[in-house]
Amino acid sequence: MKRCKFVPLFLTALAMLIWLAVSPSADAAQKNLILATTTSTQDSGLLDVLIPLFEKESGYFVKTIAVGSGQAMAMGKKGEADVLLVHSPDDEKKFMAEGYGMGRRLIMHNDFIIVGPAGDPARIRGAKNSADAFGRIARSGALFLSRGDNSGTHAKEKKLWKAAGIVPDGQKWYQQTGLGMGETLNVAAEKKGYTLTDRGTYLALKKNLGLEILAQGDPLLLNIYHIIEVNPAKWPKVNAAGARAFADFMVSKKTQEVIGGFGADKYGSPLFFPDAGKKPDSLGL
Amino acid sequence: MELILEGLTKAVSLIYHLDPEVLGITLLSLKVSGTATIISLFLGMSGGVFLALADFPGKRLLISIVNTGMGLPPVVVGLFVTVFLWRNGPFGFLEIMYTPAAMIIAQAIIATPIVTGITVASIQNLPPGLRLQVLALGATRGQMLRILIREARLPLLAAVMAGFGGVISEVGASIMVGGNIKGYTRVLTTATVMETGRGNFDVAIALSIILLALCFGINYFLTRIQQRQRPR
Repeated sequence: MKRCKFVPLFLTALAMLIWLAVSPSADAAQKNLILATTTSTQDSGLLDVLIPLFEKESGYFVKTIAVGSGQAMAMGKKGEADVLLVHSPDDEKKFMAEGYGMGRRLIMHNDFIIVGPAGDPARIRGAKNSADAFGRIARSGALFLSRGDNSGTHAKEKKLWKAAGIVPDGQKWYQQTGLGMGETLNVAAEKKGYTLTDRGTYLALKKNLGLEILAQGDPLLLNIYHIIEVNPAKWPKVNAAGARAFADFMVSKKTQEVIGGFGADKYGSPLFFPDAGKKPDSLGL
Repeated sequence: MELILEGLTKAVSLIYHLDPEVLGITLLSLKVSGTATIISLFLGMSGGVFLALADFPGKRLLISIVNTGMGLPPVVVGLFVTVFLWRNGPFGFLEIMYTPAAMIIAQAIIATPIVTGITVASIQNLPPGLRLQVLALGATRGQMLRILIREARLPLLAAVMAGFGGVISEVGASIMVGGNIKGYTRVLTTATVMETGRGNFDVAIALSIILLALCFGINYFLTRIQQRQRPR
């Protein structure tokens, strides 16, 4: 009698296993494409719009892995990703020079901004440019939150410290979160500190933050996204055909129009500006 | 406070309207964690019974290792599973990185020591004479095992609950080996992390409430079985 009570449990278990076995899976290896990208393209919702369009058009199944640009390129170097959508130009050039990538094409840009508490204790509102703003933060000892995760934003931040001639590491006012942009903005809001952010993530989170844009508009603050196809020469398992198809899709006229219109209804202005086919120099680099 | 209320309202509306995306995420959570729990039950219960009954050198060491494994950090499991399952890793030929199957493997690794540890403890907690008595009454080895497991079924159900609770609530391994891919490997915990990053705190709170409700429902169901069968 007692044993009977375990029968339904066992049947449930069996049913779940069968359910799993027959559940639809997109595991035709040729059709899988791994896209390693930065958190900002996912957190802004842009990829939620673009990926279904591409999947429908091409028949590929895209596995989007949203990590920092640094980690995305590390995955590319190990052949664990097929195509990268990243925003860390200096590291990208290195990546290409070392032969890990095949084609690198300009996709879009937006800009970085320096945000902080409305009180602006370091008085960066009147700063000449972003390097001056960073210098004022350092001199006043006001708290600055860094991503500290080798992301594109972190790389840009390090470049700005260098431009300001300051070594922030180890300073009491300089804290690294090691988290994504959204989380770092939340930490900055809680601690009333300054941070560098891409405009898209800031706009998406603005409502709950209480942080204000205090410095913007400097050419140094340009945030440029490139698409890179991973070179299959080193890692033969890389899906080069799929990577090419996705890269072509990203620079196509139709996709560029979608990118240019994305976010306009929700935030009043678009989050990204399409740049396919332009020279990076024309953006003020 | 306002935010929590917003989250509650959002949760009610998501559930009430049977939002297809949230429904899919919830079902996938159940599917992945349920399957992982079942696998860990097979492995953990057989291993645990063996560890509790057999006598061999190094038994204490092995049990200590299992007990340590009960606190195995999910991110550590996630990292190792990732390295093994990567295309160019030792099990890359399976091509299951960033699939629900990879998540099940990682979660089963997390849950198995929990189930094993509790099984060992519950079998060893039975009256010491029971095994000898059963054998003396002429039971075969198989019958003896069945009786022992039946006697220990209440703590064993606790093992099921602990194992399932451990894996459905973990996020570190799932996000690493699953990748949080929309409509494919996105589960309740990874979706909560992502929505928090996106600043959609109301959705994040709603997902958390659904996760809590799910855990409560399943534990309530298991507790009822457990309490009904309590020996008098």
